[in-house]
Formats: sequence, structure tokens, C-alpha cells
Amino acid sequence: MSLILENIDHVVNGATHIEGINLELAPGSFNVLLGRTLAGKTTLMRIMAGLEAPTRGRVLMHGENVTRKSVRKRNVSMVYQQFINYPSLTVFDNIASPLKLARVPREEIRRRVLETARMLHIEHLLERYPAELSGGQQQRTAMGRALVKDADLILFDEPLVNLDYKLREEFREELRELFKARNCIAVYATTEPHEALALGGHTAVLHEGRLLQYGPTEDVYHRPRDVLTAEMFSEPPINVVPAMVSGSEVTFDRNVHFPLNRDLASLTPGQYQFGVRASHIGLQRQADDDLELDVTVDIAEISGSETFLHVHNDLFHLVLHLAGVHEFGVDQRIKVYFPTHKIYAFDRHGDVVHIPARPGAH
Amino acid sequence: MAQITLKSLAHSYAPNPSGPEDYAIREMEHVWHQGGAYALLGPSGCGKSTLLNIISGLLTPSNGQVLFDDQVMNELPPEERNIAQVFQFPVVYDTMTVYDNLAFPLRNVGTPEAKVRERVAEVADILDLTSLLRRRARNLTADEKQKVSMGRGLVRDDVSAILFDEPLTVIDPQLKWKLRRKLKEIHERFNITMIYVTHDQLEASTFADKIAVMYEGQVVQFGTPRELFETPAHTFVGYFIGSPGMNLMEVARTDSGARAGTVDLALSLVLQGAIQQARSRNIKLGIRPEFVEVRETPATDAYPIEIDSVQDLGTYRIVSFAFAGKTFRARLGEDQPLPPRQAFVRFPEEWLHLYIDEFCVEVGQ
Amino acid sequence: MNKVYNNRAWFLILPMLLLVAFSAIIPLMTVVNYSVQDVFDANTRFFTGTEWFEVMLNDSALQAALLRQFAFSFTILAIEVPLGIGIALLMPKRGWQASAVLILITLPLLIPWNVVGSIWQLFTRGDIGLMGVGIRELGYPYNITRNASDAWATIILMDVWHWTPLIALLCYSGLRSIPDAYYQAARIDRASKWAVFRYIQLPKLTNVLVIGVLLRFMHSFMIYAEPFVLTGGGPGSSTTFLSQSLTTMAIGQQDLGPSAAFSLIYFLIILLVCWVFYTAIMNSQKDDTSQGGA
Repeated sequence: MSLILENIDHVVNGATHIEGINLELAPGSFNVLLGRTLAGKTTLMRIMAGLEAPTRGRVLMHGENVTRKSVRKRNVSMVYQQFINYPSLTVFDNIASPLKLARVPREEIRRRVLETARMLHIEHLLERYPAELSGGQQQRTAMGRALVKDADLILFDEPLVNLDYKLREEFREELRELFKARNCIAVYATTEPHEALALGGHTAVLHEGRLLQYGPTEDVYHRPRDVLTAEMFSEPPINVVPAMVSGSEVTFDRNVHFPLNRDLASLTPGQYQFGVRASHIGLQRQADDDLELDVTVDIAEISGSETFLHVHNDLFHLVLHLAGVHEFGVDQRIKVYFPTHKIYAFDRHGDVVHIPARPGAH
Repeated sequence: MAQITLKSLAHSYAPNPSGPEDYAIREMEHVWHQGGAYALLGPSGCGKSTLLNIISGLLTPSNGQVLFDDQVMNELPPEERNIAQVFQFPVVYDTMTVYDNLAFPLRNVGTPEAKVRERVAEVADILDLTSLLRRRARNLTADEKQKVSMGRGLVRDDVSAILFDEPLTVIDPQLKWKLRRKLKEIHERFNITMIYVTHDQLEASTFADKIAVMYEGQVVQFGTPRELFETPAHTFVGYFIGSPGMNLMEVARTDSGARAGTVDLALSLVLQGAIQQARSRNIKLGIRPEFVEVRETPATDAYPIEIDSVQDLGTYRIVSFAFAGKTFRARLGEDQPLPPRQAFVRFPEEWLHLYIDEFCVEVGQ
Repeated sequence: MNKVYNNRAWFLILPMLLLVAFSAIIPLMTVVNYSVQDVFDANTRFFTGTEWFEVMLNDSALQAALLRQFAFSFTILAIEVPLGIGIALLMPKRGWQASAVLILITLPLLIPWNVVGSIWQLFTRGDIGLMGVGIRELGYPYNITRNASDAWATIILMDVWHWTPLIALLCYSGLRSIPDAYYQAARIDRASKWAVFRYIQLPKLTNVLVIGVLLRFMHSFMIYAEPFVLTGGGPGSSTTFLSQSLTTMAIGQQDLGPSAAFSLIYFLIILLVCWVFYTAIMNSQKDDTSQGGA
């Protein structure tokens, strides 16, 4: 059971929503579609599901061309952002509904609904109606309906957006477990890089209707093909600064420059964009070749256990991702340390030409 | 300008409440000082909206008092409380221009036009709305609208507090941090008490100097973002703040000390003493994943564990393992080496907190 | 981005075109056909060009009917719209009272046109009608068959009774869709009741009111059954509205050409008024940077 998208284009009223997408999803794989709003995630999912036929290109489901096959004749299920359940049916009947439509025998329905409900921890709610449930429980019910029918393809369109972040954490972990034992293809759309990393599996980064990169999630994150992918797949976005390499030196402008280290020695002279992850810039010197920068604090965004520090100087605006809680005043002047040996270098076209080594890699 | 005091305040929506579970707000004492930047943080249904409505005057509390400085406010309607509020979904007067929107609260009380012009110009300048003054409010983007509704509170010089009810819900993620910065700037510039209600830890800790965490109708901790992170006063704060939340183990007293599940805990004498003295059986020890030490080699106070999974979250890794029948998590920096499957963990006692009946107990030296 | 031109797409709208042709264009063209001919019998007809149109536009009886029609439509709109908004504002917002009031208000809408005429005909009779007798008891010689202003007032009253509920219902649903936060914000801004109405309720009602006014205008402009039953267009021709004149001409006198021409004029007037009204409202909602401000 594999799903192949071949040269998919989708044009609606003259506006291109999807452009030249080629993607092959392996049987039993968990895939994340990562991209900002309007990147084409939902459209691509609708094409995968058969809710919409692409303007050009083919969709192959285990070898069979299903491009024009209606969604009703494919075995797919979908979970949406909104908690969509039948309001007049109990949780049990909601989950059972796809099986009833498929005329599964009653005993079998009972068995499978109970099994699914147990998996989603809602077995004690089976007699309730959706209106009596919390948001998280409603979404569990909707997921139950999607999972109960053994679909070949399950699509999740930002299912956790409307839940608060503690519930999201729990769901993500459960989803990873749920799909370990399944043989269907799961596709999960999200706008949050963090969610893609937490879910693991494979990730496809989409931007303005085009596929930037597809591969194992960690691989795409650590080895982005170009600057756009690196920006899309990082939260806060990777810091990108223009840099000039000349002979033995790197220059940001007349005043800020440092000698080319061993790491960047392979770069030929010219104009580059240097990318540094927010988590790699620090408040303390971590290595001798760190570049000290005087900056002004814009704001420290604190997220319970971590801090996102926005700073700027005359040249650029940087974001630091710090572990722990750090309080800074607006417009406070501080020093930050820019690690010259953790630089991603992108050439003039934005293609990656240097990826820093990872000391903690396994 | 006012200090807001909640005195023995409680609220129940039921006409004849019979027990604490009937109360949306359980009896509390609380003071919001003049000029502070505060947040009210909690999950949905914790009572934070009820509390907000009691402060703004949309709801009259069933017990206790709301005081602005020394004046009891219970019976006063919102329009007489000199409070401004920014709602979750931007509220602007669609047909009016931005200018007229900002002028509205002043004109309603018959402020002379010259004064109106001066105040509106000043507030528009701070909020970067000057270029939009002549535009109709209906055609603004969500963040502009939200700035306009904030501006309607700021133009009044008699406003004693501004309440924010999840004001960034509809704002584009890329614009959120700019608006957060604007909020902080405004707070520093105007000496106004601000209370920001949210379920999002990032919004609360970014905006506020002090956060009140609400859980089941009570404020379980009132502290700085750092305090909430480093010394959660209640197990709920440990769980709710931080991702992932605090690791908690249930502890039982034994003759020789304390035990979690089947593991005999190697604790300092002081901590053991505190556990022995506890009157309740509900004893827990908690430690944040950031402070759990994962090591390859044994130590006297390290416990052998088996690692279940390692999640690479890019900038750090989350290691999960079973401890005392619970799933525990440790956070490892990107540069830290990955431990083997059979490893040891230490819980440094400076970060290990004792909870009796869910509330943190200070352990003496 | 390259826009793709595919002329085959035109075939896709063919079924729709056919449908519209049968339901609207063909009947309309029949009327147009009659309007430019003088039909004597099945085999004898002459092409008359714009002659019928000129005749009709210069016909004083029809001009008078047209004026009466406008007077009537604008009068009832001027009464029903504010009254409907007022009723909607006063209606209970929730609980059983809300349902009860809704049902009571809806009742007049459920009564067929000619029955409304009959009811009011009985109601206003000077000998047995509750209203007729009641007004006479008060000393006013109320008589809709003799006195033109009595007849006018009664027809307007009847229309207001019959159709104000429609406006009220539309406004009620419009008001219910305003989030509470708006009212709360207005209280905090210390807005007066009038300001709340002027700047929150009325703007949010604009869309439903546009629909209400258009519906009521078209409806009232074509009013036929009620005055026909109630006054028969009299006394004299004081309550003879356009549709009645047209019916008399087309059915009574079999003047197919002139009545066809007149139908078209009638149709164009409604279209024009609706279009002007709609455009005016929509334009007023657009952002006008030259207005407003200090």
C-alpha cells in the first residue's frame, strides 16, 4: 500500500494552488505536511483523498491510478480542525457510523468500536452526546470515527489547532504510539515545526504550493536543502544574515568580521547567506571562536520553561532560543555570542553549501 | 489609577451552593497592585473568565468584595468602574473611522473636541495607527483592530485598569510577538494596572511580571515566570507550566525513609524528616525534566532505569523512561551525548520539590 | 502564473442557459413580442415599434397609478422599517417569552393575501366590523368605500399589520448574531443607548435590512390581492395600484400590446429602483478615505 503523487498541479480560477508536486509515501508511514497557512497543505490532502481532482498529474494508490476516482470509492478517512461529529448520535454511534454504512455485522461493530474507544481513552464516554464532551474528547471521538474503519489512508488536517497546548502534548504522544502498529498511510498537516518534530516519521515541507523537501523528519530538519526549507522548518525561524566571504575572512559589514575557520574553509569567496539556529546563539561564550555582538533587546518571550529573546543591532534582527526562564527589559543592551562553527551557509540562490557538524549526533 | 483588591471573594452560579464544587471561584484573597503587569493563567473552565467578569463588573460576585483602592465596587456597573477591556475577538465600531473609534469613549462623556484631538493623536502615535486614522474600522486587519480596541482604553485618562481577555487569539502567528512587544511598551509608558487573561503560558509569561495560575476556581500560585518554573507551588503549576511538565512521583513513608512505587529513595535526612512529619498520605515529589540528570555510570543517589524512547525535537531531546510506575521525562541539550538504553538518573535535591496534598512544602535546611 | 483558456468550458454552462431561457427569457420575450405589435386576431398583426410604450407613458390614468404606487411603497417602507426594528429591539432575547413572542409575531405572515383582504374587509365594515364600528363610536365617520383617505389609511394599516413582522423577524435574527462582547465594550466605553443602537446594532443590521427593504419594495410595488378585495381600487380610482390597472387592461379589455408594453415598463421600474438602492447601500459601505477623520 503506497501512495504516489506524480507531477501534481492544481489551478483554481487561474490561481495556482499546487505546482509540480512529486511525492511517494511508503506503506505504513507517518507523514507530516509542514507549511504556513495557504502553503497548499489542505489542497494537497483533498487531492490525496479524492475530494478534488488535480488539474494535472496522477495519483497512484498501490499502483492503481485513482486520480479521478471519487472519495466514496476510496478507503480514506479524514480528521479536521473543527470537531466534526454527528450531534444527535452518541459517541458509540458516532464511532460506529462508518461501519454501519459499510454494513458490518452488529457484533463486529461493537467489538471494533470498543477497541477503538479504549485506544483513545474514551470508553467511559460511549453513551454521551458530543455536546456533553470537552473539546479534547470531541476530537477523540472524531479520531475514533476515522480510525475505526481500517482506512488505507488517514488524513489529519491540523487536528490539534483548537485544543490547548497541554492537550496537544498528550495527543501528539498518543498519535505516535497509535500509528506504530498500523499499516495505513497517515498524513498530518500542521503549521508548527515543533509539532512535526514531536510526531517524527517523515516530513514534507511545503511553501506556496511547492514541495521544498521530503524525507525523514530529523533529516529534513538538520540537513535542509535550502534556506527557505530551513526557515520554514524552525520555530523561531533560523536567523539568516547576509555575509561576504573574501580570502581569509567573513564580513557582515565593515565593522563585524571574523577569520574563516576550519569549518567554513571550503567556501569560495563571494556573497552568502549564513543561517544560525536560534538555539545556537547564547548569552555566554561557548567556544573561543564565538563572535561577540552588542545588541538591544526587543522582547523576551517566555514560554514556561524556555525563553525566546528577540534582539537587534544596526545590521540585523536575531532571535535566541534559551532554555529556562530569562527576564529582560525592553530596550536593555546586552551581549550575545554568535557561534561561527555552527553556521549553515547558503549560496546566492539559497541552496545549502555547508552544514555544521552535530556533536551530539547519534 | 487603582489597586484592585479581592476580599474573601467567591462566586457560584448556583443559587444555593452546597459544597466547594458548586463554586466557579472558591473563596480567595488577592491584591493586584497599582501599575503592575499581571496575567491570569489557567486551562479552560478554571474560573478565570468568571474572575475577569467580576473585576470588570459584568458579573456581581455571590460572596466577598471587589475593591478599587478602598472603594467597594460590587454593585457598580462596568461603565462606572473606569475599566477598559480588550476582548478575544476584536470589537470595533465598524462604520466609524479609526479616529472616531478612538474618540468614542471621550465623546461619550462630553470631552471638548480639542482635548479629544490631542488624546487621539497621542494614542494613535503610540499604537502606530496614525496613518490609519481616516480609514473605516471595518476594513482593518485583525491586529490593527485589536490595537484600536486597546486604544479606546488608553485614550481615557481616568482608566484605572485594562483587562485583556485572550487578545491575541485571532492574530497571525508572525505578528504576535510584535503586538506583545507593543503591549509591554504601553505598560511601561502608562502607569496602568493591566491584567491579561489567557490559557497560554507563553502569552502569560511574556506579558506579565507576575502570574496568577488558576486551577479549579482557586489561584494556586501567584509568582514571577521564573518562580513558576523553578519552584511550582502546586502540582498543577508543575504540570501546566513547561513543556513537558513536571515529573511527579507518589511517595509512601517507610520505616527507613521513603519509597516511590518499588524504589527506595535515597533522600537527604532533611527531606526524609519532612516526609515523615507529613500529616497527609498524599505525598508527592516533583522534578522538572530540565533538571533530571541522565548518566551512564551509577552513583549513590542515582537510580537504574531503562530508556523507552528518545524524541529529537531539534534544539533538544526528550528522553522517556519508566520510574516508580510512571513515565518520567528528561530533557537533554542538543550537544549532550545520548545515554545508553540502560542508564542511571539522578534527581538533584535542589530541584526536587515536596508536595503534600498537592501544595509545595518548603523543606528546612 | 499562466492563465489557461479553454473554450470548451462554455459548454458546461449550456444547461444553465437552457434553464434560464425556459424560466425567464422566453416568457419575457413573449411579452416583448406583444409590446411591439398590434394584435387584431390570430392572423392579423402590425408592427408598431415604440408606439405602445409612448402611449402608455403618456396615459394619465397610468401615470396617476404609478404615482400612487410609489407613494404607497414609500409610505409603507417608512413605517414598516423603523417599526420592525423597534419591535425587534423590544422582543425578549431568551426563554419561553422569546418563543411565544416569535410565534405571535409570525402569525400575520402565514395568512394568504386574499384572506388578509377579506379579514380587513370585515374588520373595517361600518355595521359589524370591530374597527369600523369602534372608530365610528369615537365620533369619526369612518368609511372606506366613500372616503379616499380612509381607504388609503386602511390599506396602509393592513400592509403594516401584515408585513412589519417580516422586517421584525429579519432584524431579530440580525440582532441575535451580535456577540455580547460588543455590548460589553460599549458599556465600558460608556456609550448611551442611542449610541449603542447607532454604532453597533444598526450597522450590524444593514445586511438584513437591505434584504428586507428590497423584498418589501418589490412586494408592495406589485400589491394586488389585498386592495382588490378590500376596496376594489376605490373609491373612484384612489386605491387602484399598478398591478390592478394592468390586469384590468390585459384581462378586462384584451389590450395585449399596450399591457405588454406597460408590463415591461413596470418590470424595468422595479429593476431600476432595486438596483439604485442596492448600489447606493453597497457604495456607502466601502472605505471612503476622503471622508471622516478629524
